[in-house]
Parts: sequence; structure tokens; C-alpha cells
Amino acid sequence: MTNPKIAFNWAASCGGCEIAVLELGTKLVELKDKIDIVFWPVALDFKYSDLEAMPDKNIDVTFFNGAIQNSENEHLAHLFREKSKLLVAFGACATMGGIPALANTKSKQQIFNSSYKETPSTDNPQGIFPQPKFIVPEGELTIPEFYNTVRTLDQVVDVDYYVPGCPPVGPQIGKVVETILSGNLPPKGAVLGASDKSLCHECKLEKTDRKISKLVRTYETIPDPKRCLLEQGIVCMGPATRGGCGAICLDAVSPCRGCYGPLPNVIDQGAKMLSALASLFDADSEEDIQRLADGVVDPIGTFYRFGLARSLLRRTKE
Amino acid sequence: MQGKFEPKIVGFLCRWCAYTGADLAGTSRMKYPPNVNPVRVNCTGRIDPTLVLKALQNGADGVLIGGCHPGDCHYTNGNMKTLRRFKLLQNMLNQFGIEKERVRLEWVSASEGERYARTVESMTEEIRKLGPLNWKRMVEVIA
Repeated sequence: MTNPKIAFNWAASCGGCEIAVLELGTKLVELKDKIDIVFWPVALDFKYSDLEAMPDKNIDVTFFNGAIQNSENEHLAHLFREKSKLLVAFGACATMGGIPALANTKSKQQIFNSSYKETPSTDNPQGIFPQPKFIVPEGELTIPEFYNTVRTLDQVVDVDYYVPGCPPVGPQIGKVVETILSGNLPPKGAVLGASDKSLCHECKLEKTDRKISKLVRTYETIPDPKRCLLEQGIVCMGPATRGGCGAICLDAVSPCRGCYGPLPNVIDQGAKMLSALASLFDADSEEDIQRLADGVVDPIGTFYRFGLARSLLRRTKE
Repeated sequence: MQGKFEPKIVGFLCRWCAYTGADLAGTSRMKYPPNVNPVRVNCTGRIDPTLVLKALQNGADGVLIGGCHPGDCHYTNGNMKTLRRFKLLQNMLNQFGIEKERVRLEWVSASEGERYARTVESMTEEIRKLGPLNWKRMVEVIA
């Protein structure tokens, strides 16, 4: 029997998911003899043409991280779908848009202007800007088209499994790889490498059912390292987020930002968190409630930090 | 769509106050625009913000939440829970670019049929001025 063929790919992502694979440590060395890696841009020198030359369904499992933000990402999503038996959305960006999806609060033009014109660190006196096409003596050079709205992998192609997390934590990746290699496959569409309960279930901080009378941002306070951060007025996405990561952010007394995504059967993670947070408000008058609500300075960035592309509204109106 | 734009408004009305108030407006034969499609809920406190977002995403031009006046809630304080969620939701919708006139929270008691009719009237007019929301289409068009 030949070893299963595995591919890793990145799209609109930071590369953290690739590093997370290394968290497997010595397990990776053991795995090396059990699998054949046929594509992995971060570590191995394969070309897109190698991929295109493969017969359809040649790859057993593709772990695809990153959101779909340009035409290259989209092309590869289709290509990997064609060439793979199983396509796994790996990490927060592929499953729900991730940090790149915060671009959905801006237009393509606004992002361009900010990147190439308005940022104080931009030094571009000659006004040189990237062009979609450029003619050189050797021929025409093109760069991928940048899209206005970031999409999740499953908004572009059919996805078999989801592995959430920014990035997915090492031990969970190990379990996911083992599950898939065992051949004992869960039903299609399953979320792997995460718990079905909220993060609060695995968070060790002490919870006392206290209400909030003032919201504080992380830089404004030094939290009590033993008590629930929400009760201290720090927005923690724990109640609306899947567990499975081991609450490692909370171990460092840093609030959960929601990278493991919504709980099972939840349509919109942000709406759930908004609801949970507002129910903790210790205020009855309209003014006090408004003051508390205004304490969430950036509601989209807070409630949809990793999930804007897969939220109900998906982007802001221009 | 041909002719004048008719706003589609989803109304989440609590059964003890606003829905009964709407009923009274009907049985008293008051005239008001037919633009609100009422959904009866036991208490405004059970209105998950997801429902509001889903209505807007699915084609509603506005959402009306109708509950009991503060202090009158059948379940003691369900309406206050709604008010807390509503303020935060309004802030977020504002960031999404959804005008605050499109999502309204109104207190209507069971005896205030007139107030319900006037609320629907003013809300319909305000949204008519704003024009259609067409959220899904907007997302697809500027993708």
C-alpha cells in the first residue's frame, strides 16, 4: 500500500497555521514515514504546474489554510478541490475569514489607499503603485486581482472538514491528522480538533456570576489573574466560542478573542457574544446602558475578529 | 420592482404588550400601513440579535421590536434585557452601515393600539425615505 498523499496550502493568511504544523514536534518525524507530502509551499519546493499536472483526486487530504482574498487564492481553492479527495479548511481564516476578513469593513480602494498612500510610514514620492498588468521586454507580467470582499474557503468550493483556530493548537492538529489517517472518517462537514462546549468550560478562572458596571480595554487595566475576565469588565469571547484550545490565552490572563469560532448550531458568533455581553450589563437606565454599550469601541472588530466573512452580514455597506 | 418602493419590515412583538396592542389597533379598525409583518414572541427578552441580523440579511428593510414599557414586563425584566442588547446592537449595526432608523425598539402596551399604528406609520415613512436595504445583493455586487 502506498502512503496517503497529503498537501498543505496557504491562501490569505499569515503563515501561522504552517508554523502550527511544526508544533507537532517529534510526531511530525514519525508521520514522515506514514505520509507523502506532495505540496507544501512553506517548506518544500513544488510548483503550481506540478499540482496542475496531477490527475484529479490524486491527493488524499489537503489542509488548506487562509481566506480567499484574491484571484490566486480562488484559483488554488478550485484546483485543490479538483485534485483532492478530502479538502480540510484549516485554521480560522479558511473556516471563517479570520483576521484578513476584517478587510470587509473597508472597500478595496480604501485598503489600497491605506497601504500605498496614506500610511505615515509610506515613502513613495514617485507615486509608484502596483499594476494588475505590466509590460516588460520579455512579455506581460500580471499579479492576481484583489477582491473587495474576503470569503471563507467554503464560500468558494465544497469543504469536507473544518479545523478552527488561529492557529489550531498543536495537540489538536495531531488528533485531526490521526483521525483522518485512521480512515474512520467523521460525517462530512464536521468540525475537527475542537470541543462542542464553550471555552468557559475549560477556562480555569473563577466565575461568580457578577455583573459588569464598566467595560475596560486590555491596555487600561491589569486584571486579577484568578478571576473571570468578563466579570472584570474585559470583553472575553469565551461564552460564544468553541473550546478545544485548552484556554491557553486565559492561562496567560489574556481574553479569548474567538478564534475557535461559533459553537455547534450557532449561526452567528458575533450576535451570540453581543447578546451574552449585554446580558451582563449592570444598568437599568437608558443612559447607563448606552454608556456601557459605547464601551465596546469597535463592535465588529470585537465580536467578529475572526468571523466576519462567515457572519450573517459578512461585510459593511459602502 | 415596479412603482413605489414598499418597505418590508419584520416586527418582533411581545405577546403581552406590543402584539396585543397591534391586535387592538386592528380590532379598533385603525388605519396604518401594512408594511410590518408581525412575529409574535413570548417576550422581547428572547429575541436573539441573530434574528434581527437574519431578517436584515434575508431581505427585510427594517426590523421593529415591540415590547412592554419598562416596569410592565410580564417576566419582570425581559424588556430591560432587550434594551441592553438593543443599544449594543445599534452601535454595531451603525458600524455595518445600517441606518439606526431601520431597527427600532418601541414600548407599546396592550392598550396602546394608537401608539402601535403611529409607530408603524412613522417607521414605514422613514424607511421609505432611506430606500431598500437589499443586503444580500449588496454583498454579492461589491464582492
